[in-house]
Amino acid sequence: MVQSPASPKPFRLWPFVFIAVVVGVAAIGFAYTAGWLSPHRLTPKKLVAALAPPGGPALGHRRNHAKGICFTGIFEANGDGSALSKAPVFVRGQYPIVGRFNLGTPNPNAEDAMVRVRGVGILITTPDGQQWRSAMINAPIFPVSNPQAFYDLLTASASKDPDAMKNFIAANPGFLTFLPWAKSDQWTESYAEEPYNSLNSFLFVDESGTKHPVRWSLIPAAQPVSISPQELAKRGPDYLEQEITQRVAAGPQHWNLMVTVAYPGDPTADPNKAWPADRRTINVGTMTVQQIEPEPNGPCRDINYDPTVLPAGITTSDDPFPAARSAAYSRSYNSRTAEEADYPRTATGARQ
Amino acid sequence: MTTTRTRFTAPQRLLHWLMAVCILSMLFIGVGMVSTVTTKYLTLVQIHKPLGIAILVLALIRLTLRLIYGSPALPADLPEPLKLAAISSQYIFYILMIAMPLIGWAMLSAAAYPVVLFGGVHLPPILPVSASLHTLLWRAHHYLAFAFFAVILAHVAGILFHKLVRNDGIFETMAPVLTHDHPESK
Repeated sequence: MVQSPASPKPFRLWPFVFIAVVVGVAAIGFAYTAGWLSPHRLTPKKLVAALAPPGGPALGHRRNHAKGICFTGIFEANGDGSALSKAPVFVRGQYPIVGRFNLGTPNPNAEDAMVRVRGVGILITTPDGQQWRSAMINAPIFPVSNPQAFYDLLTASASKDPDAMKNFIAANPGFLTFLPWAKSDQWTESYAEEPYNSLNSFLFVDESGTKHPVRWSLIPAAQPVSISPQELAKRGPDYLEQEITQRVAAGPQHWNLMVTVAYPGDPTADPNKAWPADRRTINVGTMTVQQIEPEPNGPCRDINYDPTVLPAGITTSDDPFPAARSAAYSRSYNSRTAEEADYPRTATGARQ
Repeated sequence: MTTTRTRFTAPQRLLHWLMAVCILSMLFIGVGMVSTVTTKYLTLVQIHKPLGIAILVLALIRLTLRLIYGSPALPADLPEPLKLAAISSQYIFYILMIAMPLIGWAMLSAAAYPVVLFGGVHLPPILPVSASLHTLLWRAHHYLAFAFFAVILAHVAGILFHKLVRNDGIFETMAPVLTHDHPESK
């Protein structure tokens, strides 16, 4: 029944229909996977766009925690963390840190006294090349329980609907537990006096493969000096960066890295829920900040403090935030590094 | 380089189909991971990186086999435009299969990310940290991925055309098994 190649073949339509169907189904599957057919999917693009102020994002800068200053220093592990995690960063020794103090705002020119949330990003590298990146804030709990609620908070805050926040709080009552801290006027006068909390839960994996759900905090050695935002405002819009630069120039600043281990049943998946205060907490080492450098030309500028860059021995847990943060930070990074011209590296172009 | 074989050698066919699965998965993983903030994001990224390196290794092996064993001759009666399409598409595939993983690796290097394959095993950076290089490579990776998928769709449409309309034996050169109406070689 094989046709002679020489004989003219009758035109048949079905092969072309079949080919169109195969290609069409593949293309639709691809479009669906890309989210083009799912306008309600919470994408990194939507999440990052929701962070932007009404006038649009500050080009060249991080899309959140945009105001910041670089530092370098060391993490000195005391060896006690090795009982919980096989990560080399917990083996007694000193490992370099590239970090960044920052304010939780999308505006790189925000006045210090306008921003309640302060943060730190750290990148610790061990000699084998493994990295531990973490971005922490001074709030004791996170305002919401999951990434969708965070997006809803951003859209409610930006909404012109007078009932938007009321409706948001009705749907996310956990937000109310965040407010006492957010509304408190007991601020500190220095980045060096702040505790910084991971808030998200991670798993430490020890040598035997046992997983320990943990959160961690950097607890300052400096004694906190309370100051109201009104008083802070009088010291100038960029007081915190001037203060930390002078303070570190006068002497290195220290924090203890405290790891808190969950009991079974503790809410590891919800950073809006604190763990009971009696949980076992282990001091695993000391972070020392040795030098401050302005961001425009500083070593932290091109670093994405993606909290899912972890050494073997630390993994993500059932907490949904690290994945969402990683996805959003990546988008922020891709955007801002493409806008280098809008944020010059030269000292003359630096924000004062 | 062509041979008198009417089919690609068994290792070449095996690599073709293995890589077809890998590359299609890779493209869907890539386009899917950048569209979600769920925990699937991390899972997909963790597959994307080692799978990309695996594709690079397989592509280099495949290129070596191609240089050693060549390919079956195209049918003599194939019209010139189709011949051109068949030959150029193979060059395009080899370039993309090798370039895409390298661009991805270079892009991560330029952004100071560690290139983690699994556990503590990671690859060294192949470029210095640079925002401008990262931007160039990121855009290339992004747009070439869509181009890659479009070329695959054209490839699938083309090979089905060869099989269902012309039945000229080209499909059989890479078919995993011999089909019953495999035409006699000339």
